[in-house]
Amino acid sequence: MRASTYFIRYWQLYALLVLPLIYFAIFKYGPMYGIQIAFKEFNFFQGIHGSEWIGFDAFREVFQNQEFYKTLRNTLMLNFLDLLVSFPAPLFLAIMLYELKSKAFRKVSQTILYVPHFISWVIIGGIVYQVFGTQSGMINNMITALGFDAVPFLTEKTHWLFTYLATGVWQSAGWGTILYLAALTGINGELFEAADMDGANRLQRIWYITLPSLKTTIVTLLIINLGHIMTIGFERPYVIGNLAVRDYSDVLSTFVYRVGMESGQYTLATVVGLFQAVVGLIFVLGANYASKKLADESIL
Amino acid sequence: MSARTANRIFDVTNTVLVILAVLLCLAPFLHIIAISLSSSRAIMSGEVTLLPVEWTVEAYKSVFTDSAMIRSLGFTILLTLMTTLLCMAMTVAAAYPLAKSQLKGRKLYMVIILITMFFSGGMIPEYILIRDLDMLNTIWSLVLPGLISPFYLIILISFFKGIPAGLEEAAEIDGSNHIGTLGRIVLPLSMPVLATLSLFYAVGRWNGFQDTLMYITKPELYPLQLKLYQIINNSQATDLLRMEGTGMSEVLPEGLKAASVIFATLPILIVYPWLQRFFVNGVMIGSVKG
Repeated sequence: MRASTYFIRYWQLYALLVLPLIYFAIFKYGPMYGIQIAFKEFNFFQGIHGSEWIGFDAFREVFQNQEFYKTLRNTLMLNFLDLLVSFPAPLFLAIMLYELKSKAFRKVSQTILYVPHFISWVIIGGIVYQVFGTQSGMINNMITALGFDAVPFLTEKTHWLFTYLATGVWQSAGWGTILYLAALTGINGELFEAADMDGANRLQRIWYITLPSLKTTIVTLLIINLGHIMTIGFERPYVIGNLAVRDYSDVLSTFVYRVGMESGQYTLATVVGLFQAVVGLIFVLGANYASKKLADESIL
Repeated sequence: MSARTANRIFDVTNTVLVILAVLLCLAPFLHIIAISLSSSRAIMSGEVTLLPVEWTVEAYKSVFTDSAMIRSLGFTILLTLMTTLLCMAMTVAAAYPLAKSQLKGRKLYMVIILITMFFSGGMIPEYILIRDLDMLNTIWSLVLPGLISPFYLIILISFFKGIPAGLEEAAEIDGSNHIGTLGRIVLPLSMPVLATLSLFYAVGRWNGFQDTLMYITKPELYPLQLKLYQIINNSQATDLLRMEGTGMSEVLPEGLKAASVIFATLPILIVYPWLQRFFVNGVMIGSVKG
């Protein structure tokens, strides 16, 4: 087909693409252009283009900053602990739901368990304060009613870790079951019948049939999660954290916000953001590569 | 113990565990609802757990008569509708051409889009961009930066690809052009996935907080999440007032906070039954292709 006939035939498709591509150029690639301020002494009067180059000075400053290492450590620590607790929770929950005899009860349970996924972190933050608060929180009301001392769930850093992790499980465990439950619908029913003939009990059925058939899903999700060990959202630590527990709750994303938006040190904040983006990218690509390789060679 | 009894014990234990999980999931909501409907005295003395004590709707009265709160609700509804509409228009406009394998340059466009899933300019360059575009303290700062989610775009592309080519070819033989085919054939066939993505965009915008915190400083443009965050955070200040005995009012901050939380959650819970019908499918399409 000649170029002109091709274009006459397909111009409408290109016309449809114009606005989306402009969108990506401005709002996705525009900020990438702005990354250069990591290497400049940025101020608003001179703008991105006019600010002076300073090379790697800002990087040196960041890498000498104790706070930076603390937030880096916290990012890795919170993500790792999250992986330990929030990763297995949906797996257990999915198997429990799968083993339910009543389909109706299962459906109702799923419907309720998915709800927290749709609640914003601000609202969850409000709920956390009412449930875990030291003065009038629901749990501390119960603890003190039993004659024990109130537990500083929000104001002492080790206890706060518990609050942070418990909130994560509450928010994500139900929603996380979807992929496992989908994988479970693919199990061949004859396997269970054969197991019953061999006299396997229910736990043995789970151990020898259900879990092995989830192996691919589990390992793939684990690798993907490990790939995101450097990536941490802003809203959860920002809303649930507070000044009293900043030693643990200050992570890279909240650090960028604090240094950039609150103190106006845009260059330093951009350096921290760039560091996180680049290292995070390496982890994610590594994880993608690993999960593809595992799938291709069907080691699983 | 016979195999049947063992089986029975397993079923009962499992059912109890699931019920416990469901209760743990619901308990925080019940507590907030209970607080929002309880008297100040009961909240103060720590008597409220999962059921309201000394019923009162005072807290709701003050939330619903707070004009700033109602304005914030109105603004958030407008913002969410506008965002969802524009997001869907843009996502469809991008997905339809990119679903056609004969489109020249398709690979290049896909790469340009996929890169943005893995790497972004970050918080500060994004803020500087919005500031340079003079969008701070405008509704556009909350609408435009998130117009197309690459993830949802991929879901839609893979759905469009699954529509039998014969249907579109038949329309073309009848003289329909591409945009006509999109409107008459493709979109009507895609209603479930379009509904799913609309709801995802809408919930994302309704719940979004970080960009409102960064781009909006004018109180009259506070979306609900930002407003709520202020209410929750300011409570320490009001606590202090209360202790000094100056700001004493009928409604305790705890009750007010709880009622505000319910106020902002209610719209989500109202659309949730509709949402729920679609989203599992949406996640599945995404996970297969994404």
